[in-house]
Amino acid sequence: MIHRFFALISLALIALMAPASAQEPLRIEIDNPNIEPLPFAVPNFIAETAGADQYAADLARVVAADLTGSGLFREIPSTAFISGVTSFDSPVQFSDWKAINAQALVTGSVSTAGDDQIVVKFRLFDVFSENQLGEGLQFVGSRAGWRRMAHKVADAVYSRITGEGAYFDSRLVYVSESGPKNARSKRIAIMDYDGANNQFLTTDQSIVLAPRFSPDGNRVIYTSYETGFPKIYILDIGTVSRQSLADQPGTMSFAPRFAPDGQSVIYSLTTGSNTDLYKLSVNGGAPQQLTSDPTIETAPSFAPDGSQIVFESDRSGTPQLYVMPAGGGAATRISFGQGRYGTPVWSPRGDLIAFTKQNRGRFHIGVMNTDGSGERLLTASFLDEGPTWAPNGRVIMFTRETAGEGGSSTLYSVDISGRNLRPIKQGASDPNWSPLLQ
Amino acid sequence: MKTLPTVALLVATLSLSACSGGLFNQNRLDTAGGADAAGAADTGITTGALAPNSVEFFNQSIGDRVLFAVDTSTLTPEGRATLTQQAGWLSTNPSFTAIIEGHADEQGTREYNLALGARRAAAVRDFLVTQGVADARLRTVTFGKERPIEVCSTEVCYAKNRRAVTVIGAGAVS
Repeated sequence: MIHRFFALISLALIALMAPASAQEPLRIEIDNPNIEPLPFAVPNFIAETAGADQYAADLARVVAADLTGSGLFREIPSTAFISGVTSFDSPVQFSDWKAINAQALVTGSVSTAGDDQIVVKFRLFDVFSENQLGEGLQFVGSRAGWRRMAHKVADAVYSRITGEGAYFDSRLVYVSESGPKNARSKRIAIMDYDGANNQFLTTDQSIVLAPRFSPDGNRVIYTSYETGFPKIYILDIGTVSRQSLADQPGTMSFAPRFAPDGQSVIYSLTTGSNTDLYKLSVNGGAPQQLTSDPTIETAPSFAPDGSQIVFESDRSGTPQLYVMPAGGGAATRISFGQGRYGTPVWSPRGDLIAFTKQNRGRFHIGVMNTDGSGERLLTASFLDEGPTWAPNGRVIMFTRETAGEGGSSTLYSVDISGRNLRPIKQGASDPNWSPLLQ
Repeated sequence: MKTLPTVALLVATLSLSACSGGLFNQNRLDTAGGADAAGAADTGITTGALAPNSVEFFNQSIGDRVLFAVDTSTLTPEGRATLTQQAGWLSTNPSFTAIIEGHADEQGTREYNLALGARRAAAVRDFLVTQGVADARLRTVTFGKERPIEVCSTEVCYAKNRRAVTVIGAGAVS
């Protein structure tokens, strides 16, 4: 069902021209609180073969949308251009781009090859220093995967200018929602990070909750009520086949996540009135009980090095965040602010923990250092919950639900600076961001 | 003539119960004799009280649900009174089993509410067991905040959504 399109990517060196810089290199200091979006231009790519014209225009549009959507770049529209780009290899007329204050210029070409392939090349220029920024790159892949090539171009531009890791060439798995609030239909769905290429992975026959990718991005673990009771399933995205996680009769299990090595999963299991954390090898065997308190322990998330687990517990009387060794043992409370804390998620860079906070009737998405210091709230609304990290640890996506009878869920993203809050997908909840695609 | 409004009301009550009851379609009108079907064949329409051994009697006259305060799974005095009657009904109708659904209002995260709903369902199950209902006839399930019956976002609705519903079914608990 999922089209496995991409057999890429030859990183070919197109040009090495790099005259000595006359100015400071082009750079966005991403943590500067007074940051202004950097003006850039992306003329339509050059179609180098017949049949590549549509790709030439569409590729440029997706690159521009990626960069603009990050909140760090501002596109200069083509109507302002003084000169176009007519050939990928012609010298750039820097004065024409300086005159419209395009600080970065992205040029590209696309050609069709064989029955199903396209070849995409691009270069990035620092207009005011009249330099090429980094090497030109070439991507070869199937035509169906053209959007991924645009995301690869935008990722290279973003990384070279910000110094941060890339994140545009990635996907989200989430819960697609429809129907009235008291009989909501839910399906697991997958889409590109920008909402394109949406596909459903389950039917709407059962309630499904909180899908999460395996570390290689090829499988999804989630909770389904298809037996009438919450149980955990692992679904192979390529074949859309699934298997249930072994469980004990009479129990309920939910809130699963893979370990960073993909070899085990952690989850909540409820026996009687008590919910504890367990770990189970994906190859079977007996589950290992990680907590044994009479209180609620749920929403576990591994540190990226696999050494620790952050989770939510109400052992203090209200839900708070705790960190414990990956094999269980003594847990340290890390949340001490006012209110109730839940759904902690460790950043892929390992430096921060994102969480949901409920305080005075409002919900927030926030981040804190892994020892609980430096708490910062990024959002506030009637109901925000369930953060997930972009692969570069810079951007967070989450569920925002509106109040009342007509209340509905929408996926939003926000930069960890708190800037650039924007809706991504309506009728959607429980997002989980994939690793950067290969 | 006189009986018609009563029947209409009865039907309305039963269909409301079917909509707002449990998530399992086990409370159908044909599962037990509410009105006297044989009498209806003779005279057209006969009205009477619900049979005490009917699922409708359980749902309406005893009450199939108990409510909870915010973020608690402690049974209220009203809840205990209802559950004592539920236990009595289950004792006199030993062929029935029950699934107890625990629910939460929309305040709180999805995961926490699942665990909270499980606590509420278990509190009801444990109470019924202390009243003499065999544990093997009962099973619990949590729906967290996934299935509210009231859809407004104020305490009026939240109070009704923080509930545990005893859904009567026939046969063994799987």
